[in-house]
Amino acid sequence: MSYNVQAIREQFPILHQQVHGRPLVYLDNAATAQKPLAVIEAITHYYTKDNANVHRGVHTLSQRSTDAMEAVRADVCAHINAREVAEIIFTRGITDSINTVAFGMGAIIQPHQNVVITALEHHSNIVPWQMLCQRTGAALRYIPMNDKGELDLSTLDTLVDENTAIVAFNHISNALGTINPVKTILSRAKAVGAWTLVDGAQSGPHAKVDVQDWDVDFFTLSSHKMYGPTGLGVLYGKRERLEVLPPYQGGGEMIATVTMEESTYAAIPHKFEAGTPHIEGIIGFGAALNYMNSVGIDAIAAHETALLDYATKTLSSIDGFRTIGTAANKASVLSFLVEGTHPYDLGVLLDQQGIAVRTGQHCTQPIMDQFCIAGTARASFAMYNTFEEIDLFKAALERAVTMLR
Amino acid sequence: MSTIAEKQALLVEEFEFFDEWMDKYNHIIEMGKALPAFEAGDKNEDLLVQGCQSKVWLKAEQQGTHVRFFADADAIIAKGIVAMLIDVFDNQPAIEIAAADLDFLEKIGLKDHLSPTRANGLMSMIKQMKFYALAFSSAN
Repeated sequence: MSYNVQAIREQFPILHQQVHGRPLVYLDNAATAQKPLAVIEAITHYYTKDNANVHRGVHTLSQRSTDAMEAVRADVCAHINAREVAEIIFTRGITDSINTVAFGMGAIIQPHQNVVITALEHHSNIVPWQMLCQRTGAALRYIPMNDKGELDLSTLDTLVDENTAIVAFNHISNALGTINPVKTILSRAKAVGAWTLVDGAQSGPHAKVDVQDWDVDFFTLSSHKMYGPTGLGVLYGKRERLEVLPPYQGGGEMIATVTMEESTYAAIPHKFEAGTPHIEGIIGFGAALNYMNSVGIDAIAAHETALLDYATKTLSSIDGFRTIGTAANKASVLSFLVEGTHPYDLGVLLDQQGIAVRTGQHCTQPIMDQFCIAGTARASFAMYNTFEEIDLFKAALERAVTMLR
Repeated sequence: MSTIAEKQALLVEEFEFFDEWMDKYNHIIEMGKALPAFEAGDKNEDLLVQGCQSKVWLKAEQQGTHVRFFADADAIIAKGIVAMLIDVFDNQPAIEIAAADLDFLEKIGLKDHLSPTRANGLMSMIKQMKFYALAFSSAN
């Protein structure tokens, strides 16, 4: 069956509007994706019929809420092929997921050890490790990248050594779209006994990940980048890792017993879920996952790759157009500059013509520093974008460039 | 020599000519292009206006009771906006700049049109210009 993008667009009410008198062309999907009716309806249903606090009530609504929330945990478990539902932790987002691991490792890591990340990370996968290293005296190392925005693995065996406590890196770069060689890096980390964390912020909406096939210790997902609600993330962790990792936050839901002197913690996953969870978000995320899987992640990825290839090719005909990040293996992100123009100016003039793109550093200052640029304009694609939208984008960009030069 | 109020009225009149925001932006961009660029050496950290999304450098010189303004920016729309402010404030008495009520931005619709971060940047430029004027007028 061919990919029916018009049928998909009908499921996203927000797309059918005008911005500054022009049809909205939403190309800021790497920042956040729009939500299908299934998600909006699931949240409405939850607040219309089921709202109650979870895990503690004997009454019917509480039971329904708990069942609905725990069913999503099972869906996420199946989606990434985790071994058991207890390995799926709901967090406030990927930043929270990574901080949970980085904080917990403070009790485990030794001062002579090191943490290895890459030159291609989002700030959320840099700063928690800097904080961990500052607290513990461990060293922070970076796997470098080349001018195409690909990781340079020639130094991998030197950087990841027997003193490496954890190797943490993203599957797909949010700033450049580079798809990283996950298995190569994981294999080196495992050879020296280091823990591993893969940040799936950008892979969640574009790729099917099997955490057992990867044999990765930690993996993260962001609901709002996967067509679900904001304020919700996933931390997958292997049971044996989660059991030794101390909890990041204390409070309700995460305890077994509390006396005035001390508390014992609940078993995983609840040990890491202090406080009332984001129930509505979890239920909405479940609907988003189901919707995404009903379209099919492979079909979505193929559509997005076709859009990326078409956009890269068609926009390259604009005089002075320069793609930032030209890795051989890329997903869904087109970061660019146009000679003689500033990305902020492009962003404003595109917005005036209904085109939503991102401008700036994309929370990746070290990447921009390496390219010696202040920022880029970035178009990123999702399941509902069309080739016609790319044509509109190109025409709008040409008009902007003519005005600016 | 026109007063600050007269300068503002002229700008409002100029912009009334354009119905579409793309045309208004085009005019702002042309004003930005017309403003002389700084020498590379003049683009100092000290001259950067704090709170702007793009880099905006602003320089002020006292000439008797009046103030001369010079500015540059790395993004052209920001430069066009600062060029409009210079158009209104340049070579005006320090004491009047400090006390001036700027209504042309609202009349043009620019204030409502900018995103909150950009509107903050605009306010920072005005604040910085008034700050210079105030310092010069109290020095007199």
